[in-house]
Amino acid sequence: MSKNREKDDVSGVETTGHEWDGIRELDNPLPRWWLYIFYATVVWSIGYWVVMPAWPLVNDYTRGVLGHSQRLDVDAAIASLKEGRSALGEKLAKATPQEIEADPELQQAALAWGRSAFGDNCATCHGGGGGGNVGYPNLNDDIWLWGGTLDDIRHTLKVGIRSTHPETRLSAMPAYGRDELLEPGQIRDLAEYVLNLSGKSTDAEAVARAAPLFVDNCAACHGEDGKGLREFGSPNLTDADWLYGGDKDTIIETITNARNGVMPTWEGRLDAPTINALAVYVHSLGGGE
Amino acid sequence: MPPGVIATMVALLGAAIITILGARFAVDGDFAAHMWIFTAGFVAGIVWLMRRYASGAPADDRETYANDVVRAGVIASMFWGLAGFLVGVVIALQLAFPDLLYFPDLPFTNFGRLRPLHTSAVIFAFGGNVLIATSFYVVQRTSKARLFGGLLPWFVFWGYQLFIVVAATGYLMGVTQGREYAEPEWYADLWLTIVWVCYLLVFVGTLWKRKEPHIYVANWFYLAFIVTIALLHIVNNMAVPVSFLGVKSVSAFSGVQDALTQWWYGHNAVGFFLTAGFLAIMYYFVPKRAERPVYSYRLSIVHFWSLIFIYIWAGPHHLHYTALPEWAQTLGMTFSIMLWMPSWGGMINGLMTLSGAWDKLRTDPVLRMLVVSVAFYGMSTFEGPVMSVKAVNALSHYTDWTIGHVHSGALGWVGYVSFGAIYCLVPWLWKRERLYSLKLVEWHFWISTIGILFYITSMWISGIMQGLMWRAYNEFGFLSYSFVETVEAMHPYYIIRALGGALFLIGALIMVYNLWRTARGDLRAEAGNTPLVPAAAE
Repeated sequence: MSKNREKDDVSGVETTGHEWDGIRELDNPLPRWWLYIFYATVVWSIGYWVVMPAWPLVNDYTRGVLGHSQRLDVDAAIASLKEGRSALGEKLAKATPQEIEADPELQQAALAWGRSAFGDNCATCHGGGGGGNVGYPNLNDDIWLWGGTLDDIRHTLKVGIRSTHPETRLSAMPAYGRDELLEPGQIRDLAEYVLNLSGKSTDAEAVARAAPLFVDNCAACHGEDGKGLREFGSPNLTDADWLYGGDKDTIIETITNARNGVMPTWEGRLDAPTINALAVYVHSLGGGE
Repeated sequence: MPPGVIATMVALLGAAIITILGARFAVDGDFAAHMWIFTAGFVAGIVWLMRRYASGAPADDRETYANDVVRAGVIASMFWGLAGFLVGVVIALQLAFPDLLYFPDLPFTNFGRLRPLHTSAVIFAFGGNVLIATSFYVVQRTSKARLFGGLLPWFVFWGYQLFIVVAATGYLMGVTQGREYAEPEWYADLWLTIVWVCYLLVFVGTLWKRKEPHIYVANWFYLAFIVTIALLHIVNNMAVPVSFLGVKSVSAFSGVQDALTQWWYGHNAVGFFLTAGFLAIMYYFVPKRAERPVYSYRLSIVHFWSLIFIYIWAGPHHLHYTALPEWAQTLGMTFSIMLWMPSWGGMINGLMTLSGAWDKLRTDPVLRMLVVSVAFYGMSTFEGPVMSVKAVNALSHYTDWTIGHVHSGALGWVGYVSFGAIYCLVPWLWKRERLYSLKLVEWHFWISTIGILFYITSMWISGIMQGLMWRAYNEFGFLSYSFVETVEAMHPYYIIRALGGALFLIGALIMVYNLWRTARGDLRAEAGNTPLVPAAAE
């Protein structure tokens, strides 16, 4: 050490005798608690290396005396989960949704299974509680484009809507404006006609002009009264519920470009018990028929 | 004009011609844009040299110490700091209100591009400039030697700013190699390598010609930071460009080796950039401001070497429960645990240096900022080893807890130690007796501290809640919550986080005003405005 060691007046500790730009250093020893905790962490680490996989070797690694493997842990956890679910899964796969609803114990299990599957697969579009979004139907209400019975819901889950499934639920509204099937003026008139179905039109003349247009273009799917037809999944135009919006601009947009929303097919992606459980869960949300 | 300056201008001209050719023959527009930015940088360098040396060498070139480059570094630090904090607030708001700042037609406003802009701006633009500026200041004073290399320090400063501009514009244009904290593409990495090697030359050269018998502890830490960052940068960015005239490159690593390389880099960017570098700042500015000797020389030696040796192993703790082999996870975890005391050695030395000067905390908010930074450092370096334990990590990983942890280190430690150092530096560098206003430093301190507390507590709650919700199962073994439900639950904490970030930004704005008035030589009329700032020993 340096010859310039001096005593610091405040602490009474010697300095090391170095000085840089007015900064000196005290010659305090290492704090004991600091040193002992450091040693303790080293000892603990060495112990951990002894019992757990730790150091790489040429073609292998030290396995540790416990022979632990987190991959085997995961395999075991998945196997035990599958084992725990298998009896229930078999029951859910075999039973019809109606049978599931009739059996309170099975129904509780299906609701738990379905709720979880709904959160992972359906909530992205239909919302966490099935409340829907613009373009994605609310599953809590009484309005069902393709039917709201247990069998209807299960079928929709299986085949999807306008999906890649060969038996998908399918219908296609033409894009009347984009494909130039109707003039923009006619589309504006039709929008008034549609508004009038729920008593919201302010233009009686336009409604009168559009009446024959509606019969020619719309009634085949939406019905002459505009109340929709389930076989086509065509919505009821007379109520206050709108999938994409019921203001005039949105209706014009819908007639001009059409919508034709898509729901994927879940057959093959989800197993049979999960689809059954989802049908029961969605049916239970409040609007099931 | 000195021959060195003329040679530099010729070299810059040559570089500009090369980048013009690069822009002319670029295979994609992004590369052309970046080559033009390089060209503009080189031309600006020539103009700057012409103006600076128009009427002979400037006074700064004849002084004992090079101060102009440090002044420039301080200004750049605050400029990039404000930019980085502002982008942080913007992306915090984007997370809290996804629709609020969502412009589908303006892709550069997308969260995915702004997020690396924020991280790089605060770490490398703000933090990097603070490190370069303070290291240039400290190494001269503690070596009693002028910076080595003539114009080289200026090249390091301006070259680094050019790198920042290329990196930042790259993020906004969507140019990225997708590596955490190392997103800039190969040509930007090459440029940074050149700048960084020059930085090393300046630093080592200055140490080499020092007139002190020993090398001060702060300089050990600066040197460890500079050398290790060079190593990390070069290895992590090894890549083969698809074309030498295009932005895209392919990494030399793939799969889990790539993941480990990235986190070996990423964690040691924390260790050697944000820890070792800023400990160097602490080791100079705390004893200087407190006017007390460093607590323990022995502790500084032991904790320096143990920190350096152990930190480099800790990266695998970012990859617990992944494809990374379990033995590597074990090493990452155990070395992180062993890192606890080496990290705390710095905290002890920082805090205990105040023994005999604790009363100054009441009257000097700058010293308080420095001390609180050391306290945050201690907290983060305890939290880090805890989070590296696999059982804890199983809960904390991928959650906001990690974000909270990072920000207690970033805002509390890195931010405050930088602010404290800059509050010291500005009066020294601009030759003012003291700061314009200590009252405003008080305001800065309290507003920012409340902001930090909002930030980290909200992220703790949000992160732990998120982790618990992810792992909650019902009696049938199904997840109790869907992902979107966990997102909904985090919403209020995201608002609090954005508020915390905004307070931190407001504090920094107050600081910039205070520094600007200080540099102008103003002194605010306020009670207790007694001289507290020791004059810089020239």
